[in-house]
Amino acid sequence: MKALYSSQSLPITDPKLLLAILFALFLGFIANFTASAQGPTPTDDEVNRIAKQLYCPVCESTPLDVCPTEACRQWRDLIRTMLSDGKSEAEIKQYFVEQYGARVLAEPPNRLVAYLVPAVAILLGALLLFRGFRMWMKPSITEAGAVKPDAKPSQDPYVARLEEELKKRK
Amino acid sequence: MTESSIVAPRRGVPIWAQIIIWVFLVGLLAIVAAGLRRAQQGTVQPGQVIKNFTLPLYSGYDLGGKSEIHLEDLRGKVVVINFWASWCKPCEQEAAEMQQAWTEYEPTGKVVFLGVDYVDTEPEARVYLKKFGITYTNGPDLATRISQYFRIKGVPETYFVDQDGVLQYVQIGPFTSIDQIRAQIDPLLKQRD
Repeated sequence: MKALYSSQSLPITDPKLLLAILFALFLGFIANFTASAQGPTPTDDEVNRIAKQLYCPVCESTPLDVCPTEACRQWRDLIRTMLSDGKSEAEIKQYFVEQYGARVLAEPPNRLVAYLVPAVAILLGALLLFRGFRMWMKPSITEAGAVKPDAKPSQDPYVARLEEELKKRK
Repeated sequence: MTESSIVAPRRGVPIWAQIIIWVFLVGLLAIVAAGLRRAQQGTVQPGQVIKNFTLPLYSGYDLGGKSEIHLEDLRGKVVVINFWASWCKPCEQEAAEMQQAWTEYEPTGKVVFLGVDYVDTEPEARVYLKKFGITYTNGPDLATRISQYFRIKGVPETYFVDQDGVLQYVQIGPFTSIDQIRAQIDPLLKQRD
């Protein structure tokens, strides 16, 4: 049987061997193509970077990255799979919100009311306190002038004693 | 004019600010009270008409070829709503009984079983369904809307809704025998016969 190729350039004379090599190369190409389509396997750090922004609704106030339950393990696996499929962080979070509700998010969704209401409440509270303190620190003229200079000392011994103490402190 | 008769204008918080503050405080208290009331209410109670909800269905677990089911469409039938999850170990205890009961009641055409998959991932859910040979209608509780309406406390929980859409019985935790399931469905079927 003649060699398929010149023995100088490719010393393969057995067609079966050549076929096997071609088949192996083909398999390698397929495997490489599949791997590049899925992307590299995400590391734990990459998974946890997204997982810590999510909370498991099954466990009370536990971020997904440190949650030890089976449900959370499944969710982390899902994040890993979605990252492998080339999904972005925003797409993954959106998927979780659609599937499990906005309560899985560590931070509330970017709704104006979620940030506006606390800010307005704090401002109102601060204003109220400021006005209240100012009123307490500055007694009105009426209160200051309520005691007449020529007023007779009170007959009540307790009031008299109080007035005496107040005079001492002036 | 005597000194004592001098009346200084009292500068306080303007009336509009007071109104806003009070409205805000009352609103806040109302929200807290509603939350507390809801937390103490427990699940929906028997005797209550269950409002309509939509359950998207896993492919292969549909009902009459429909990709989603509306509770309203099931009026006239006994509906058994079972909340479960693949990560839930107690759910596994009742999985075989639930499927066995479905096999018994399916030929009558008078009972529908709805599996509502609570905060689960679809691949794991499918493994679970296959593992226990479950064939009745199943789908995910998207955004936990259905479980929030039922105010479930955990999984498994099963709700028996009669032909008029009225909740008749709530099972908290797994069934331990098929007789427990029959004991809830049979009286509902008999009252219509």
